[in-house]
Amino acid sequence: MTAVPSTHVSGTLEASLRAGRDAGRKLLVPYLTGGLDDEWLLVLEALAGAGADAIEVGIPFSDPMIDGAVIQESSLRALQRGITPEGVLADLSRVDVGVPLVVMTYYNLIYRAGHERIAGSMQQSGVRGAIIPDLPLEEVGSWAEAADDHDVATVLLVAPSTPDERIAAICERARGFVYAVGRMGVTGEQVVLADSAREVARRIKAHTDLPVCVGIGVSTPEQAAAVCEVADGVVVGSALVRRLLEGAGPEGAADFVGSLRVAMDAG
Amino acid sequence: MTTDTTSSGPIMGDPGPTGRFGDFGGRYVPEALVPACIELEEAFRGAWADSGFRTELDGILRNYGGRPTPVTVCGRLSDQLGVRVLLKREDLAHTGSHKLNNVVGQGLLARRMGKHKLIAETGAGQHGVATATAAALFGMECTVYMGEIDTRRQELNVFRMELLGATVVPVTSGSRTLKDAVNEAMRSWVASVADTHYCLGSVMGPHPYPWMVREFQRVIGDEAREQCRDLLDGGDPDVVVACAGGGSNAAGIFAGFADDTSSELVAVEAAGGAAVTTGIPGILHGMRSALIQDEEGQILEAESISAGLDYPGIGPEHAHLADLGRARYVAAGDEAVLEAFQLLARTEGILPALESSHALAWVVAASASGELPAGSSVLINLSGRGDKDVAQVRDILRGRA
Repeated sequence: MTAVPSTHVSGTLEASLRAGRDAGRKLLVPYLTGGLDDEWLLVLEALAGAGADAIEVGIPFSDPMIDGAVIQESSLRALQRGITPEGVLADLSRVDVGVPLVVMTYYNLIYRAGHERIAGSMQQSGVRGAIIPDLPLEEVGSWAEAADDHDVATVLLVAPSTPDERIAAICERARGFVYAVGRMGVTGEQVVLADSAREVARRIKAHTDLPVCVGIGVSTPEQAAAVCEVADGVVVGSALVRRLLEGAGPEGAADFVGSLRVAMDAG
Repeated sequence: MTTDTTSSGPIMGDPGPTGRFGDFGGRYVPEALVPACIELEEAFRGAWADSGFRTELDGILRNYGGRPTPVTVCGRLSDQLGVRVLLKREDLAHTGSHKLNNVVGQGLLARRMGKHKLIAETGAGQHGVATATAAALFGMECTVYMGEIDTRRQELNVFRMELLGATVVPVTSGSRTLKDAVNEAMRSWVASVADTHYCLGSVMGPHPYPWMVREFQRVIGDEAREQCRDLLDGGDPDVVVACAGGGSNAAGIFAGFADDTSSELVAVEAAGGAAVTTGIPGILHGMRSALIQDEEGQILEAESISAGLDYPGIGPEHAHLADLGRARYVAAGDEAVLEAFQLLARTEGILPALESSHALAWVVAASASGELPAGSSVLINLSGRGDKDVAQVRDILRGRA
């Protein structure tokens, strides 16, 4: 099947991504900072229309420790517009873009809101998963339980520095997909794809049948296609957000994501 | 808040493999850094139990660092305040503050782990200078991240670090102060962790840092307790006072008194960055602790005359000591701090760091209000010397003239 389920109908993130993979499709997950500007929901729709299999929506935090200059700038812009976590979720509840939405944020915002409360808000907004990069395996327990109860998949990350036995434990607790960190570094565009991007995907796939998507340092159609020779898909953030900061708008975003789609489908 | 985890052990003991101090602490870092934190914890546990490591560290602190630092009884200041003031003189340690105790420990540990590059964050520049010093001593590369505002407030310390062979990177993100320097150091560490040790400067960050840095600073409290017993006919000071930003000098001196004495412990935060006094629990820089933040959890910017206390959080063990009631957390404002800075200069001939002047300011106020009864003995951790602050204080005082 190639039709993707609506975010507002039943179906988990994992089921949706597996369906895409089973249909022979490489998974494309663009990242967008929630509340970036007045037309961010139009951008969201444009990304879905351009061939995204899921969309990662950043809930901006004052101190984005794992983000490079581009995502820092987009977070700052969104915060200066007065966006709040509940505001991002309320906006998301008003749209149905037809592909699963996964939020990415930092743990303090989740902790302050309360696990139960914000997991419930995510569910009501049609959010299917959450990526919290500063909440590693040892600390994820009570959040992950609340998220499970609300059908919000806790996506966990594996880095090039993660030892094999730890990969196994992470994959066991991961839901939705496994986020393979492509390079040792913060988010940001790279001219050359790090060797570690394919290597980490290969190592993860030896431990799990969950979909494996590589993010951090995947910036171009060529890099996306190269990663997908090993991985099930890619997450592309800074390369897209930079274009949006430069004023690309929904059409420019769709063009870029469309070019990723074409390269991945051709690969 | 639960405090069960420490009911059986010492108050300032080993936080265990999860790095928990009651409800606080932990290891909230990106996955890429978790293996490095685990490696560091194992290395520190091994080193701390190794008498060879301890002997080498003690030897360097003694012969290179100038330890033990003395405790000075302040005659004129005591007369003026009506309480007996004793100063633990960390300002006399090499590089001018207590920061050396920690960086020599971490430098030796980095060498033990085979890492030859150090990165550090710094606020006032004292930790940056200390790290640059340790890097020079051990023949390591050193990069220091410093908020752009702080590089201007502490221009001489920037040059000092460069003289010592370090590279200083001004941080232009966020509030451009200590909080952002920590963010940038963490970002840099993710990309360099294979051959680089992050020499964190306070009792904060992910496990094992809060515990490890407190243990490296414990020498302050262990020395001071014995020195006070010599000076106070075998007794302990009624009150032990230290300033707290991240809280390393306070943790170091408290560690010598929390379990072994009944001395009252007082930590003085900057009024514009009072995490325990005005903050609420949250997660930042790898730890759960008390943080200044808004309702949603966005971190707020601290504001203080002292770059070293310009931080919206505090080490997790302090949040726990506050919960337990074993230490008390109070705040001092910029004005009182400036007064205290000048007071110590004129009565005792000692220029204290603006950070340490917070501790002094509280003692001045508490002795005037009677909160410190006349005749009490008060040990103040004079964590650093004020030479670095002279230009800034001159500008402030001249601006008023």
